[in-house]
Amino acid sequence: MKAYFIRRLFYLVPIIVGISLITFLLFRVVGGDPVDRVAGRYATSAQKAELRHQFGFDKPLWPPVGKLLKGDLKGFADNQLFRHFADTFTFRFGRSEQYKRKISDMIKDGVLPSLSLTVPAFIIGIFLQITIAVFCAFKQGSRFDRVVVVLSVIGMSLPYLALIIFGQAYLAGKLKWFPIYGYPEGIGLGVIPFVALPVLLGVVAGLGAGVRFYRTVILDETRADYVRTARAKGVGETGVMFGHVLKNAMIPIITQVVVVIPFLFLGSLLLERFFSIPGLGYMLIDAVNSSDWPVINALTFVGALIYLGALLLTDLCYALVDPRVTLK
Amino acid sequence: MIASQHGGYWISAWREVVRHPRAVISLAVILIYLAVTIWVYTGWHTPDWETEDFKQAYHPPSVQHWFGTDIYGRDVFAKTIYGTRVAVTVALIASVLAGVIGLIFGLLAGYFGGFIDDLITWLYSTLQSIPYILLILAFAFVLQDKHFSLFGYHFQIRGIKAVYLALGLTGWVGLCRLIRGEAIKHRDRDYVLSSRALGASPLRIIFRHLLPNVFHLVIITFSLSFIGYIHAEVILSFLGLGVKNVPSWGVMIDDAKLELFRGVWWQLAAATAAIFFISLTLHIFGDTLRDALDPRLRDEKR
Repeated sequence: MKAYFIRRLFYLVPIIVGISLITFLLFRVVGGDPVDRVAGRYATSAQKAELRHQFGFDKPLWPPVGKLLKGDLKGFADNQLFRHFADTFTFRFGRSEQYKRKISDMIKDGVLPSLSLTVPAFIIGIFLQITIAVFCAFKQGSRFDRVVVVLSVIGMSLPYLALIIFGQAYLAGKLKWFPIYGYPEGIGLGVIPFVALPVLLGVVAGLGAGVRFYRTVILDETRADYVRTARAKGVGETGVMFGHVLKNAMIPIITQVVVVIPFLFLGSLLLERFFSIPGLGYMLIDAVNSSDWPVINALTFVGALIYLGALLLTDLCYALVDPRVTLK
Repeated sequence: MIASQHGGYWISAWREVVRHPRAVISLAVILIYLAVTIWVYTGWHTPDWETEDFKQAYHPPSVQHWFGTDIYGRDVFAKTIYGTRVAVTVALIASVLAGVIGLIFGLLAGYFGGFIDDLITWLYSTLQSIPYILLILAFAFVLQDKHFSLFGYHFQIRGIKAVYLALGLTGWVGLCRLIRGEAIKHRDRDYVLSSRALGASPLRIIFRHLLPNVFHLVIITFSLSFIGYIHAEVILSFLGLGVKNVPSWGVMIDDAKLELFRGVWWQLAAATAAIFFISLTLHIFGDTLRDALDPRLRDEKR
């Protein structure tokens, strides 16, 4: 088990290096010189050169291989790529160009508001999706089932943005059931009225795709041999569904559920933006609008790390449940 | 199954598709969208979206303006038509780009294995571990308004180009994994071994023998990824990372977010309907096509 864990951890190393390399390519190589953006248009070239030197942007982009061949290891290591690696791996993302705040602090502040929106939406959403899907699969081909299938395809085709705008303008603006937008200081029960509508919209938006997916998963199980055996033994339809099919369908369902969890930390880009919830999604869009490159860089890297961490956790859970996994 | 009775694989799949009326209707709607796109490109008697008429601002739908007018008195119907061009162009080019990259990488990784497989697997595992929306935002953000020279040619990436490059360069991962898995299955089959024994080069085996056997996966993914790209284009344009100065469904929705509070619903309704019908028909057509192209599913039903 321990050996398996260590091996899995080693698999992650090249991927984390890859993510850092991609952010370097995007934000440093393709993106160009950040000093021109930070210094503003009135900076003299001497001031810019000073800034470049301060941030290390006057060093070569890539490791100079020539210096390595000459045995100059220090000169070889002194380049922007290695510096970028060192900074990202130690979570030194620097400061936001817009707010001049430390990015790591901004991320810490954004996680809780994001979670206050995504966790309830996720739990309610999953519960509804699976319940409806089970009903559909149980009464496959019935009128209820057919209506739900049609409705879920319609729901999947509706643009998410339009749903949010309509919900905000109609349910909050016209009917005044919810506050139009806003978020209280500090996290407490006071957030409930402010996240209620975004949570509702998030649940509605995910319903179509979710129901369709889980319905297919459950129906796939009903074609398995053990179902025929159970029926041949004389087990009733209810017993087959709840005693056999659902138990086995839990494996793909749990896989699907766990994979979504890391994204909860990143919040919901559009919902947070529309309802002014100061989470990570809001932070990202704000950074895109004001071209705050270091923030986008940091969020990309942290988002990927959270995803990898959750994936590792899933695999470990499988290994705990199924001893065959560790032997592979 | 006798070939002469059923026709080839593609012909029999096609017959299976046209047996379903809803698939045929969906295909007709999809073709209408394509026709509108081509029509806008030709510019032949296309409706005028640029003329501003402030006296006509926020005019509700009427005989003269089918979908009403926007804040500058421009015709919303014409804007919707022009938005179709942006959405379909972006989705089409991004799908082809992602399809070609995914297909070639998947085949190479699956057939050769070893170092090439490790490299490609590493590349897509890395891309996959970055949450998709973050990835396309980062790509679109970095690519917009870029100039660069390559082999003496000068390129300028602006507006729509940044969008389809961002979507195409990031969207190939799912297809690549599918193709790689399928290619690994086929790699040691008898027909591949025998053609290798006859002295066929690896490239000939990949493109003459493996490609036709995995190509149905490309078609199946195509319709689903097409919908994804249309929705992504809308979101990117909405966030200001997409096209500028040209009507787009995303920009229309962006305008509509404040209009709706004033009771101006027609611009949002037009853009929503345009997105809705192409997504719906692609879903229905794509599902039918998948069932028809996947022989395993087809046999199960009979």
